[in-house]
Parts: sequence; C-alpha cells; structure tokens
Amino acid sequence: MKKTFHKIMTGNVAWDDLIYDVVCNVALFLFVIVCFYPMYFILIASFTAPKYVNSGEFLLYPKEWNFMGYTQVLKDNDVWTGYGNTLIYVTGGTLLGVTVTMLAGYALSRKDMWGRGFLMKIFVFTMYFGGGLIPTYLVISKLQLTNTRILMILLGSVSVYNTIVVRSFMISNVPDELYEAAILDGCGHPTFFAKVVMPLSKAIISVIALWLAVGYWNSYFSAMIYLSDPKKYPLQLYLRQILMMASSVAGSASDPEKEQIIDPEYLALMQQLAAVLKYALIVVSTGPVLCIYPFVQKYFVKGVMIGSVKG
Amino acid sequence: MNVTKTNGTTPKKVNPVMKSMRRNWPLYLFVLPMLVYIIIFNYWPMYGLQIAFKNYTFQGGFTGSPWVGFKWFEQFLTGPRFLPILKNTLRISIYSLIAGFPLPIVLALVLNGIENLKWKKLAQTITYMPHFISMSVLCGMLSLFLSPSTGIVNTALRFLGLTKDGIYFLGQANLFHHVYVWSGVWQGMGWGSIIYLAALSGVDPGLHEAAKIDGANKIQRVWHIDIPCILPTIVILLVMNCGSVLGVGYEKVYLLQNNLNMTTSEVISTYVYKMGLISRQYSFSTAVGLMNNVVNFIILAIVNKTSDKLSGISLW
Repeated sequence: MKKTFHKIMTGNVAWDDLIYDVVCNVALFLFVIVCFYPMYFILIASFTAPKYVNSGEFLLYPKEWNFMGYTQVLKDNDVWTGYGNTLIYVTGGTLLGVTVTMLAGYALSRKDMWGRGFLMKIFVFTMYFGGGLIPTYLVISKLQLTNTRILMILLGSVSVYNTIVVRSFMISNVPDELYEAAILDGCGHPTFFAKVVMPLSKAIISVIALWLAVGYWNSYFSAMIYLSDPKKYPLQLYLRQILMMASSVAGSASDPEKEQIIDPEYLALMQQLAAVLKYALIVVSTGPVLCIYPFVQKYFVKGVMIGSVKG
Repeated sequence: MNVTKTNGTTPKKVNPVMKSMRRNWPLYLFVLPMLVYIIIFNYWPMYGLQIAFKNYTFQGGFTGSPWVGFKWFEQFLTGPRFLPILKNTLRISIYSLIAGFPLPIVLALVLNGIENLKWKKLAQTITYMPHFISMSVLCGMLSLFLSPSTGIVNTALRFLGLTKDGIYFLGQANLFHHVYVWSGVWQGMGWGSIIYLAALSGVDPGLHEAAKIDGANKIQRVWHIDIPCILPTIVILLVMNCGSVLGVGYEKVYLLQNNLNMTTSEVISTYVYKMGLISRQYSFSTAVGLMNNVVNFIILAIVNKTSDKLSGISLW
C-alpha cells in the first residue's frame, strides 16, 4: 500500500497495472465475502435468540446472546451416540486406509516388482467403471456385512486415487537406489519399509490421513443404505434427519416414519427453537473440522499438487 | 543361485520373473490387502452386473437367476420415466459444468495477482473452507437460508422488492437446478482453484521478466503468458468433467429432493437407488445403472480421444 502510494505521489506509476491490482483485490474480496458470510452467519445465528433468527434478519453479530440451541443439542443423546460412532469410523477407517494405501503404494512404486503394470491396470480400471450401487449392495448383503460397524470402517478406506498419489510420491522420494543400498546391509522389504520408507513419507501420510478422515467424517450415504440400527448411526446421518426435517414436512412428508405424534405444546416450543437448534447442530458437527483445517491446510494443498502431477 | 545348484541338473538360466518374485515376495504381500478389497468391493459387483440381463432372485443369486436378455433395458428405454430423468440429469450436469468450470480459474488468476501474501493466504483459507462442509450440513444450510418465511435469502429479496411472499426455492421444480448448481459452485470453487494455482506457480518467472522488459503490462502478461501456460491443466480437467456428464451423484440430489420438486430433481442415480433399494427391483435398477456407466465410459473415451487429437493431452 505504502509503496503504491509513494509511486502515485512521485508520478512514477503504471496506471494499467494499478487498475489490474485494484480489480484483483476487489474481486478477491467479493469471493471471500461470498464464501465467508454464510458460514459466519451460521455461527452467530446459533448464539442468537430464536425470535431474531426466525424473523430472517441479517446478522453481523449475535443479537441477544442465547445458548438454548446448544443446551438442546448437548442434551440430545442421539448427538452423543452419533459423535461416538463417527469417531470410531473416522479413526478406524483412517488407520486402515493409511496402512493399506501406504503398503500398496510402496510396492507398486518398485520398478523390479514383476506384474506391477498389470496390477495398476486392474486398479485404475475401477476408477472408470464399476458394478454400481445395486450389485455392490447385493455383495455386501451376501457377506452379511450390512448393519455392522466393520463395514462402516471398511467402506471408503481404499481408494485407487490415493494409491496413485502415494505411488508417485514414492517414485520420486524413495529411489530404487536407496533400496539397493539397504539390501547390502541385509535389509529386506519389510524392514526397509518400516525403518526407511515410513519416516521419509511423513508428509504423504498426513495428506492421505487427512483426506480419509474428512471423507469419513462427512459421509452419510453408505450409512443410510447399510445401517438399520440407529445406535450405529454416524453423526452425519443423524444430522440429515434433523436438518432436512422442515423441508420434508413442507414437502408433504415423504418419509412416513418421521411423522410421530408429539405433545402439541412441546411441538410449538420445538418449532420456535427449530432453526436455532439446527444452527447449533451445524456448528457442533462442522466446527471441529473447520477449526483444525487451517492448521493442516498446507498438507491438503500439497496433496492436491502431488495428485495433479500424475494427472 | 544355491537352489539351481542343488537341483543337480545342468545349470539353467534363472527365469528373471521367478528371480524377481523370489526376491520381492514381500511386495506381493504388501499389495494383497488392497487387491482383496478391490476384488471384493469392485470386481465382485462387476461380476454381479450380469443380473442386468437376468431376473434376480435371492435363491438364485448372481449366477443362478434365469436369463431375460434385454428386457429391463427395453422396459427403461421405452418407459415414461426415461426421457424426463435423462433430461434432468443432463440439465444439472451441463449447467454445473458451464457455471462451475470457469470460476475456479478466475479465482486462481485473481489470487495469483495478489501481492500481499498475508491477505492471499487468508483468502485461500476462507475460500477453501466450504469444501469441508458435509453434504448433510450443506443441504441443511440451504433449507435454512432458502426458507420462504425465515431464510435470509428471501429477506434479501424482499428488501430488494423482488418478491412479496418469499420464494420457496426448494419447493419449486423450476428452481431446483439453480439451487443445486450454485450451491455446488459455492462449495467447490475455492478448492477447485488449488490445481490452477499450482499450475500458475509453475510458470517460468523468466517469461514474465522478459515480457516486462518488452513493456508488457500485467493484463497482457496474464493473457499471453499465464493463461497459455495453464491451458493443458484446463483441458485435462475439462476432459475429466465432460466424462462425468451423466454422473450426477445421488448424495446431494437425494437430500434436496422432495415431492414438490420431484419432476426436475429425479436423476438417474437417485432413480437407481429408489428402484433398487426401496422398490427392491434389483435387476431393473442394475440395468439402468449399467447403461449409465457404459454411456459415461464411452463419453469419457470420446472426449479423451478428441482432446488427444486436438492438443495431445490425454488421460491415459
């Protein structure tokens, strides 16, 4: 800013470049506002008294601080169950996925592994073609994995894309010569993998782990298809039920199971609270991810870049 | 070496395949878990695709059910739902492509033109954030913001005098695709810009220096250096996006769907889900899904071939 100002004052300024700078900054400001305000609105609306929220006012800061939404959410046992289940699925799935992906990515990156080209072809083919929803469902029912927590951990742990990313990382960061040297010291693949490859791959492990964790945290569809026991529901599935409730009532209730006979007075109170409760629920469920994310952003970005090199 | 000697017979040339396998056997163990997963969750269902040509029964399973030929395909293609569903799918995906493809490029160019690094970093953090919001939450946000009585979008429209009673965005069939597409653009544009930003950071600074000496201003340099340099990235992403033109996923559509907007919101994937897992017509919905998959694959191959011929850029 100072530099630009100085340039203008001394008459030493390229006007077309200055205009370009201004346009860029204004455009970026608009992009940022458009992305930021909806998220910010949710945060402040969750702390605001229901009457303001229900009137649909624009808010720049919480009007009349209010924690009713949060007390309701925290009292709700289903939220806690959902949280617990999600944590199990996120931890289990991420650990499993990272292990499987690292092992496979390392093996497929070794030039002297006979048949690796064929294996890659088999794997990559599934990126473009698959059995689809119904045959997959039938296979999973046949294996009697429906309505199990194991399935929720298994599904989504392995991704060919992630394996390709790990493989290209290994090709450029763990050269074959390194292994040749290790062999001379009497080191086999397992030892080499544990002692050399893993410590060299901290960056890529973080990338894959973060991708997997976010994926597990946010997924609801496989839980909706395969789980029937509400005790095993992840948070997102529970969210779907609560958050989409209003629209399904207005849309003449497509799900009959959602309609229950409730005390009318309680219903009136809940309707008053409904919006605030939803805002609080969104904050409680999305907050952790969005709070952690800025600190690990560089890993996500790095991952996209490693992935794009391969294309 | 020792092994060949103890065999006693004339020393044979060691088969290089066997040698590699013997030396690298742990590598095969390393790939095994992934291979098992892919076989169970990808190839076994592919084998199950045969039920698209059969009348699936629980007793028969994949192999034992009786063949019916192309019955299900005919039933779908000649049925009354085929055209509307195809139209809805194409409308949503082409609209998504047109609206969603250019904005990440614009955002990346804008970010690249920012000199204040702190501001640039902050802007990146904020614009990437919506990517991490889950589908359930995004759709919940939409239903809250777009509510005709209490949503802030309608408050804004009322303030501007564009509506009196509020517009019920999610309950009007003719507005469904706008809601779907623009919420998707909002969620994806920041994240989508990363890849272009990476391409832009790979542009040789020497080119810019040379152009500067020749008196090119910033706009000229963006137009004549930056954009041509990221063109290959743009083309390859366009190819990938075109390939999924019939691949509108069910996750988001299903959440935004209700009886009021069903005429425009029913797409192939949600139809497959409902016919298969709710109406339990396994064979019929497998056939619909298979057809969708095959057409997708063909489109991707054609687009890829075209781009390969035109620009030498290819996915495989």
